[in-house]
Amino acid sequence: MDILTLFVVIPTLTVFAIMFAKNLEQTRMISAVGMTAQLINAVRLIIAYYDERNAGNTADFLFQKTYVWFDSLNIEYAIGIDGIGVAMIALTAVIIFTGVFASWTMEDLPKEFFISLIILATGVFGFFISLDLFTMFLFYEVAVIPMYLLIGIWGSGPKEYSAMKLTLMLMGGSAVLMVGLIGLYFYSAPDGGELTFNVIEIAKVHMPIEAQRFFFPLTFVGFGVLGALFPFHTWSPDGHASAPTAVSMLHAGVLMKLGSYGAFRVAMYLMPEAANEMSWFFLILVTVSVVYGAFGAVMQKDLKYINAYSSVSHCGLILFGLLMLNKTAIDGAIIQMISHGIMTALFFALIGMIYGRTHTRLIHEMGGLLKVMPFLSAAYVIAGLASLGLPGLSGFVAEMTIFVGAFQQNDLFHRVATVIAASSIVITAVYILRVVGILLQGPIKNDKYFKLSDATWFERVAVITLIVGIAGIGMFPYFLSDLIMDSLHPIMDHIIEAGKPALSQVSL
Amino acid sequence: MIAGIPLTHFLIVSTIMFFIGIYGFMVRKNLITMLMSIELILNSVNINFVVFNKYLYPHQLHGHFFSIFVIAVAAAEAAVAIAIIINVYRRFNSIDVEQASDMKY
Amino acid sequence: MDFSYTIWIILVPFFMFLLIGLTGHWYKKAAGLLGTAGLAFVFLASYYTAYKYFFEAGKVDGVYQQIIGYKLLWLSFTDKLTIDLGVMLDPISVMMLVVVSTVSFMVHIYSLGYMKEEAGFYRFYAFLSLFTFAMMGLVVATNIFQMYIFWELVGVSSYLLIGFYYDRPSAVSASKKAFIVTRFADLGFLIGILILSYYTQTFDFQIITSQNGPAIAGAPAQTFMGFSILTWAMLLIFMGGAGKSAMFPLHIWLPDAMEGPTPVSALIHAATMVVAGVYLVARLFPIYSFAAPDALTFIGYLGAFTSLFAAIIAMTQFDIKRVLAFSTLSQIGYMMLALGVSGYGEHNGLGYTASMFHLFTHAMFKALLFLGAGAVIHAVHSNFTYEMGGLRKYLKITHITFLVAVLAIAGIPPFAGFWSKDEILVAAWEHNKLLFWVEYLVAGITAFYMSRLYFLIFWNKTPHYHHTPHEAPLVMTGPLMFLALMAIFAGLIPFSEFVSPDLTPYHTHLHYNIAIPSVLIALLGIGVAAAFYLKETSYPDKITAALKGLYKATYNKFYIDEVYMFVTHKIIFGLISKPIAWFDRQVIDGTMNLFGIGTLWASRKTKGLQSGQLQQYAFAFVAGAVILVLSFVYIWA
Repeated sequence: MDILTLFVVIPTLTVFAIMFAKNLEQTRMISAVGMTAQLINAVRLIIAYYDERNAGNTADFLFQKTYVWFDSLNIEYAIGIDGIGVAMIALTAVIIFTGVFASWTMEDLPKEFFISLIILATGVFGFFISLDLFTMFLFYEVAVIPMYLLIGIWGSGPKEYSAMKLTLMLMGGSAVLMVGLIGLYFYSAPDGGELTFNVIEIAKVHMPIEAQRFFFPLTFVGFGVLGALFPFHTWSPDGHASAPTAVSMLHAGVLMKLGSYGAFRVAMYLMPEAANEMSWFFLILVTVSVVYGAFGAVMQKDLKYINAYSSVSHCGLILFGLLMLNKTAIDGAIIQMISHGIMTALFFALIGMIYGRTHTRLIHEMGGLLKVMPFLSAAYVIAGLASLGLPGLSGFVAEMTIFVGAFQQNDLFHRVATVIAASSIVITAVYILRVVGILLQGPIKNDKYFKLSDATWFERVAVITLIVGIAGIGMFPYFLSDLIMDSLHPIMDHIIEAGKPALSQVSL
Repeated sequence: MIAGIPLTHFLIVSTIMFFIGIYGFMVRKNLITMLMSIELILNSVNINFVVFNKYLYPHQLHGHFFSIFVIAVAAAEAAVAIAIIINVYRRFNSIDVEQASDMKY
Repeated sequence: MDFSYTIWIILVPFFMFLLIGLTGHWYKKAAGLLGTAGLAFVFLASYYTAYKYFFEAGKVDGVYQQIIGYKLLWLSFTDKLTIDLGVMLDPISVMMLVVVSTVSFMVHIYSLGYMKEEAGFYRFYAFLSLFTFAMMGLVVATNIFQMYIFWELVGVSSYLLIGFYYDRPSAVSASKKAFIVTRFADLGFLIGILILSYYTQTFDFQIITSQNGPAIAGAPAQTFMGFSILTWAMLLIFMGGAGKSAMFPLHIWLPDAMEGPTPVSALIHAATMVVAGVYLVARLFPIYSFAAPDALTFIGYLGAFTSLFAAIIAMTQFDIKRVLAFSTLSQIGYMMLALGVSGYGEHNGLGYTASMFHLFTHAMFKALLFLGAGAVIHAVHSNFTYEMGGLRKYLKITHITFLVAVLAIAGIPPFAGFWSKDEILVAAWEHNKLLFWVEYLVAGITAFYMSRLYFLIFWNKTPHYHHTPHEAPLVMTGPLMFLALMAIFAGLIPFSEFVSPDLTPYHTHLHYNIAIPSVLIALLGIGVAAAFYLKETSYPDKITAALKGLYKATYNKFYIDEVYMFVTHKIIFGLISKPIAWFDRQVIDGTMNLFGIGTLWASRKTKGLQSGQLQQYAFAFVAGAVILVLSFVYIWA
């Protein structure tokens, strides 16, 4: 079996195995083993990928396989991967691995919980390896649906409301997206050949600009909803706040990246002229989203809400980098996907662990936690510092690459947008330090807290894995950046080539 | 053709039967009667099939096939319908269609 | 000569940080010794490097070279814009190595005594190592982005150390304030870097500061709002420097930063980190001098204003650490001013040399002052001068060393401060008379408030002490004595032989026409202070009563903090964040909920159609069929 299909097969087998588990112990052991296998497979993939590249294979996508599974519409199970996909898969593997450890203490319907969680992960993995738009969409839906159950059943707070809101908004996005994908399908063979959903094939043909103008916004917004594009972001705070720990981790860490990844891989890559022409409009939206999310986080009282708004801001930065339409900025945007994925997963894991001890998420009810749980608190500070872009941790690399890239756009509009977006790093510092100051430092407010314990071994596994990820990217960014940059060249040549005539028309 | 009876006459008969069936289906409250009305509708269609076949394409048999097919389906349908009616009776102690109105909202 | 070993000057503290940070809780007390041992290596390596650089390998044909000791590609943005991490040795970076390693080493030793009771002892040493790592990385940066990276790292280690006593709310808010204010300034720095690097297509210091380089010879012609684009870039970069070096109006964090442990104040908030802004301007000096002279003039005036402003506030404070903090502000103002009045080449570069010279001497005597203050606080357990007095009898060594430092900062020959201040005054006199007079005045005020502090602590009336103050142990007095020696003799170094903007040594000599008046005004300041404070007198109260409003404003630091509080709390939190949170909940979310409610409403209104009556459905069906048939008939007809 080829290495990419394994990414779908391993979790599927894990799900079946969990069905036969007898008790909680077995359930979580099977999940842990399955996801460890997945992590190992991801490492294998990275090695195999580098081997191929070093052996001189310069194809855009490696490990390609194609099976037609629905003949009459020519829908294929087409898989293949480039450097960006490798990075995303590694990210997903890390997060689902740590997510299993973070939900170690889940005792309420554990079998069903782990099954849903792993089905969700299956969808995400499938999405990243697919090269066929329909199959990609299928996996996308596989990832979104279990979310409803996970939040609706195992969530906290107004969970039904949040689950419904999240699902409806994402489904709304999917509906719009579907129209866009079908549009791509019907324009995929202008000379009367067979219609196809295959990304590589579609990229070769030229879609008429009028059609692009119609379908680009649909596709971009459709994916953008999942990427928390302002003003379609409100599912994110409620959804994250209600979701159980591992789901928040997976959702903010990976699922939101599906949106920005899709917006890049599908909308911008396949409709480059429209992307160039319309980027200014979406750029305004995402610039708003960056600053707005940051300001929104400043006044929140619930830890998860703070993080959810911060995710809106950081994911806005991803789209911001993408819309700058040059190699450096997009490189930064993709590093930011990885960086924010790990960082926010760490945040949500820690919030879950703190909540499990103090039974509150309102920051004003807590204080001085640094004294009673030094490990978790130190990890929280590290996550916070990564979030505000401290050099040596991953956030800095991503943000700086985005800003340097953005500044290569030589006109006042882009400059102003960049300065506004860059100002978010100050606001980020404000809300992060506010939380650290109230939550971790200061005197202990509640006598009960003196008895609280620090992290257990499985929590340490999760936290340390994520911190290593953050610090690894932060200290040795060259490898990741290089991996992504290599794969960006063909895509960017495609997009920038298309933009040359269009850019001269749209100058503000 | 058939003893000089023109096509129109057959059509008039089948139309009358059809609308009697519709009327019965709409107006009668008894499920059995409604079933009978449906049979009337089906039979009017059968007449049309056969007659059109005979008058327009006398050398082909598709119309006949279809009418036989309809009869077979009608038989099956009657069996299912009566099974449903029995269940309705068990549940509501009546086969009045207005009583069986739980499937709303 | 191969300088590649210098990378270890950076790496050793970093590994010490990791080692102590991760494993320190197992051996607690030994962590201090471990950290100090690491720093001893850094100290020796720095002095060795300085010796090698200045006396053996640094000069070629009488000009100092910029030597790249080590360089590693860290991240490439584009083909040209790449971040390298490396070590660049030139006169100012080598000088900074000496300054940072000396003060840091002294502080490490001193803290073995000062901090030994603290619960977070190992944490303290881990953070000190982190700071040393970051500061070393900053001074030897080969490119402006490396500097920015370490710039942020010193910021965060400063944050961690100010908030060392994390269970004190005042320390927490001070650390937060320090980080956010400098972060805000760093935003300017970042944007400045982005502009500069866009037009020059390089981050590399050697290329951008070269006179034939893209920034100076190939300066972009664009202007924006009346100034050249490069002036804007350099002003924004200076904004970062102003934040770190606490120039007005970004100075507000520094006095609060005194909430940190005293050794930290000595190391970070007096001697090293806060002069990073000065160092930054010096590092980019050729660009300022040739391509952005307007920005340089601005720096000069801002430095002068800050030094006067801070000196005035320092006269009224009673917390010894705050007096020292404001004096630091004032002295950094001096350094900035010196850069602002400096030219380029030969004797014109006197301001630059003087600025670096003052940076060097100031680091020594200000660290000494803070460590001395630490010894005093250690002895009496209070920060406030009104709970001290007459301590000369109890703290003999501290008293002498503190006196040396006070005389040095006041500019009394032959102590170090006299020499460097004199050069600054000469440079100011030659380029800008107004700034000269401001500085002349500040020299007097400085002498006054420093001796006021000295008299209030060591003379004046002796309050009732709960237990007799006793002298600090040798680990604490040792560094004091070492620094006192530096404060006495550092002024004798012929600095212009080593440091000049064009890297070419030149000679300086004492200008008696400026030196003598400046000593006189310093003596005047000391005299007035002695008259007021040597014994307990009523003069100070009378004067404060006479200048009531002015005194109150000064005592409250001219209400700058309150203005900031108003801006942050009322405007940013109240007028931006809260409305945004509301907008998000009500308007955006409301719109989304409206869709939901609309759907529910529509379904409620239409559900009556689903009556459950079979015959109604049939009727609708038939009616529909009939309508369809009729309309088809109509259309065909």
